[in-house]
Amino acid sequence: MKFYRSHILIGIDDESLKAGVKRIENALRNELEKYELADEINIMETGALGYFGTGISMLVYPEQITYVNISEEDIKEIVQEHFLKGRVVNRLVLEEKITGMYDYNYKGRIVLSNSGLIDPEDIDEYLGTGGYEAWEKALAINPSEIVEIVKKSGLRGRGGAGFPTGLKWSFTAPLEADQKYLVINADEGEPGTFKDRLIMEGDPHKLLEGIMISAYAIGATKAYIYIRGEYKLCISRLKKAIEQAKKYGLIGENIFGSGFDLDIKIKIGAGAYVCGEETALIESMEGNRGTPRAKPPFPGVEGAWKKPTVVNNVETITNVPAILQNGADWYLHFGVENCSGTKVYTVMGDVKLPGLCEVDMGTTLRTIINQYGGGVKEGKKFKAALVGGAAGVFLPNKLLDVKMDYNNLKEYSAVLGSGAILVMNETADIIDMLWSVIRFFRHESCGKCSPCANGNEVLFKLIDNIRKGEGKKEDLDKMIHIAEMMNLSCFCALGQSLLMPVKSAIDNFRDDFLEKIKK
Amino acid sequence: MYKKILEKYEPKKENLISILHDVQDSNEQNYISDDAVWEISQYLNITPSHIHGVISFYSMFSFKPRGKNVIRLCESPPCFLRGSENILAKLRQLLGIKIGETTEDGLFTLELTACLGVCGNAPVMMINEDVFGDLTEKRVEQIIENIRRRAK
Repeated sequence: MKFYRSHILIGIDDESLKAGVKRIENALRNELEKYELADEINIMETGALGYFGTGISMLVYPEQITYVNISEEDIKEIVQEHFLKGRVVNRLVLEEKITGMYDYNYKGRIVLSNSGLIDPEDIDEYLGTGGYEAWEKALAINPSEIVEIVKKSGLRGRGGAGFPTGLKWSFTAPLEADQKYLVINADEGEPGTFKDRLIMEGDPHKLLEGIMISAYAIGATKAYIYIRGEYKLCISRLKKAIEQAKKYGLIGENIFGSGFDLDIKIKIGAGAYVCGEETALIESMEGNRGTPRAKPPFPGVEGAWKKPTVVNNVETITNVPAILQNGADWYLHFGVENCSGTKVYTVMGDVKLPGLCEVDMGTTLRTIINQYGGGVKEGKKFKAALVGGAAGVFLPNKLLDVKMDYNNLKEYSAVLGSGAILVMNETADIIDMLWSVIRFFRHESCGKCSPCANGNEVLFKLIDNIRKGEGKKEDLDKMIHIAEMMNLSCFCALGQSLLMPVKSAIDNFRDDFLEKIKK
Repeated sequence: MYKKILEKYEPKKENLISILHDVQDSNEQNYISDDAVWEISQYLNITPSHIHGVISFYSMFSFKPRGKNVIRLCESPPCFLRGSENILAKLRQLLGIKIGETTEDGLFTLELTACLGVCGNAPVMMINEDVFGDLTEKRVEQIIENIRRRAK
């Protein structure tokens, strides 16, 4: 193996590819070769570096310096100054202190431990970080033991609902069936959520390892990753990763002589938010319109092709290898009581550094926004955060110090949801934002049940009137009433969740609405 | 006509959505024709009406011929907050079409979409398979101009 004095990590994602990152990478290679530095300095491609709006970025080790907004013209200067003379090119260094993804002092990077550090397209790099050791370990123990470990770890579903993962598995694991399925929900459609995309782009093998262990635990010999059609880079990286895993004998028939077979396939969606609902997702996988099914029977008993099926979110499953490797007690150290582990958040909107971070469950909203999002940008004041995506809640200033975990937020009639945090500054109009949220639901309602199809229509008309200044005071309570009715009567979570944004916006910002109505 | 695509897949209904993606991508005008629906229905042994139902359900599929470049601008809350309405107005002005329409030269179709999952770069749009983020009115102008220039 070759030793290099410096490593340059270049973030390759959809955005940087578009900005011409490959051209810059080539220029960098040529320039290094020109000065005969190619043997000393290694260039590696990795996933997104974890912050956005900074153009083409690269990270230099061991110096830990991040260069941003690099253009082709800058390459010469970087090579001559930094790599030849050892002087940092200050004008290109990322100014804000990045603690987000790259907070190495934070020991809780579980899901993102490799993201932005290894080449996601090379299985050997994943193996080099101890990858697939947990899979080997898993095959040596009884599947029911794995279910117990995950149960004890307190891992809860990271897709939004927070259902205990081990418990979900324990319904399906003991069932006798000629075929069981594990389905990974990668149909990340909740507005403001892109954590699963970055997990899959940055470390696809960790997801695969999680799938292997989880499938073994529940006795599923077929696993599907249902991924939204827009995530082209994820799809290609996962396909590559599956090929590599097959080649190494990590999946296939009679894996490591254990007698266990596993096949992993990718299913591609085609643009429908409702397919994030597990039964709608299963319908879509089968080649139908993605409308939800009646429950019970739950998918755990009768799911894909009427066989027992466990549906889990990407982030949930990506936690599994570390839990198995280090034990349930280790995992319980992270987070808070009854809500263990870490959570990956995406922070965006009016913040200085939109991006993603992984922190302990129970971290306050204030910490996430200020420390990881860089605070509200342009010196403006914080007004509200829409937490949990469109199916989330508008949280006002006074709730900034609320601890973010599944249980605690419930006390404030709020939800953690998928972990999206959309920050709005003082100039944002809550009525506009609620209008946009309802417009989203109105468009995405699948039309199967009338409370949702009609309820959204009526709600949109009401908010549209208020927005135009033609609303009445009674409309506010009417909206909450309709949303409450939808919450009680809608067929699936899509229509049921509208109550959260509608009620939280009106309750927390009633004065804003009244002012608009008066005008 | 679509034999090559169909043969890549086992004749099972579960492959319908993947087949529809491939068929649409292979079409110059980015759509799924009635002929294609008929051929797929024969291959998978499912009714054309089922396939119609599926196509109309998913926002990425189209029955109507579309432009060479399908623009899908995100209208979800994160992009809305960062000014997607202004970007939409700019696009409509530049292209001279309404949402859902195609330019006369067949170069562009303008569509709105729900969240694309690139919210760190809001406002965002996709043109065919490419993502364009951190949009400003000026940047949109350049992007459209570039595509027009390349088409000549």
